[in-house]
Amino acid sequence: MTLNTDLPIQFSRTHRLQWEEAQQKNVILYPEGMVELNESSAEILKLCDGTRTLAQIVSDLEEKFATQGLYNDINAFLEVALQNGWIHQN
Amino acid sequence: MAGYTKTNITPPRWLLAELTYACPLQCPYCANPIDYAKHDSEISTDDWKRVLTQARKMGAVQLGFSGGEPLTRKDLAELVKHARDLGYYSNLITSGYGLTEEKIIELKDAGLDHIQVSIQASSQELNDHIAGTTSFEHKKQVAHLVKKHGYPMVLCVVIHRENIHQMADILAMAEDLGADYLELANTQYYGWAHANRDLLLPTKEQFEKAEKIAQAFKETVAGKMKIYYVVPDFHEDRPKACMNGWGTTFLTIAPDGVALPCHSARELPNLDCPNVNDVSISDIWNDSKAFNFFRGDDWMQEPCRSCDEKEKDKGGCRCQAYLLAGDMYATDPVCSKSPKHSVIEEAIASARKSALAENEKPLIFRNSKNSRLLS
Repeated sequence: MTLNTDLPIQFSRTHRLQWEEAQQKNVILYPEGMVELNESSAEILKLCDGTRTLAQIVSDLEEKFATQGLYNDINAFLEVALQNGWIHQN
Repeated sequence: MAGYTKTNITPPRWLLAELTYACPLQCPYCANPIDYAKHDSEISTDDWKRVLTQARKMGAVQLGFSGGEPLTRKDLAELVKHARDLGYYSNLITSGYGLTEEKIIELKDAGLDHIQVSIQASSQELNDHIAGTTSFEHKKQVAHLVKKHGYPMVLCVVIHRENIHQMADILAMAEDLGADYLELANTQYYGWAHANRDLLLPTKEQFEKAEKIAQAFKETVAGKMKIYYVVPDFHEDRPKACMNGWGTTFLTIAPDGVALPCHSARELPNLDCPNVNDVSISDIWNDSKAFNFFRGDDWMQEPCRSCDEKEKDKGGCRCQAYLLAGDMYATDPVCSKSPKHSVIEEAIASARKSALAENEKPLIFRNSKNSRLLS
């Protein structure tokens, strides 16, 4: 299972992404489990709304943070996210 | 003595709300205390709402509605709604007994995130025998309905000597039912399971065979189904880091409002576990005797005290030390370094002998009559 660069990416319907005030960080919640996210991971996942492809997520974040060369990092993270079932494409 | 220094206290993350001890099933490995029938009062809807609010404020985010059978509480949907409004991720831990499609929809609308259905075996005969209730076909229907209404579905099967030979069939059943997660929970020997241990504890050969089958299956369903394998610690060299460390992560509230550092802690003597109707969750978590009792490692004896693995396993399980070594401060006897480790070997030998005996004694089923008889 690898990321298809042509298809939009959607955050999983059976997971929940939310800001935790007590921890001051975003987390992914799923049955009996939780993953704590760093800021950049959370920014990427928030853009997985079922409309954007990998390239669009990269350009949106490069624009937002006025930087370049994020492709490899974002691609690597989304591969991990896909393996973990946090995102899907269809 | 340098004086009492309070261990750094981390906030609770997991709240287990045992709404009731009432249950239509009679599983002989039930995690409820043997004497549950003595504790038959239940706190009110408003009490539960206050508990949820206070724990959430401290940082609890995973919430398990458990029991007994939580569906027997009429206010379940109301509590689920309250939990959702507070931002909890709510897990319903149920036998599925009495769960209708209407209820599944009502709970979904109230904001329930996930339903975990337990099945006792892969065949009707054995399931209904272990559960002490005719429930197999209904449970399978419930599993389908849970999926149909968009919940992630966790199937939980408690593994013991009566069903361990069904491992391959259990895995096939989970795949067939479309489980997103399969929890293969090797029986933990407390409470009812402790009383029935000779009849439930599998042999090492049985464990190894079943584990091999489960591991091979795990690879074939990678990406489709996740498997949680709860380790059978009697056949390990080192104990589990029980509850991720005492008073670090988990908070259990029993049906009568008693706050417990783990759901078996009621078995331990002199903890003076506080009640949510007397004190706030924050006082319970930070200041109560019970929650500070085994925090950190000042309480440890040798060989734990000077062990370089104490950070990893936290000395193991306090309830197991109490039940098996007769001392709740002792090293968990599962550890091969424990001077009492022979009790584990004796337990394994005794269970093997029982398995080979011509006339095995019968299982003690979990019900109010047996609870009163045994306590």
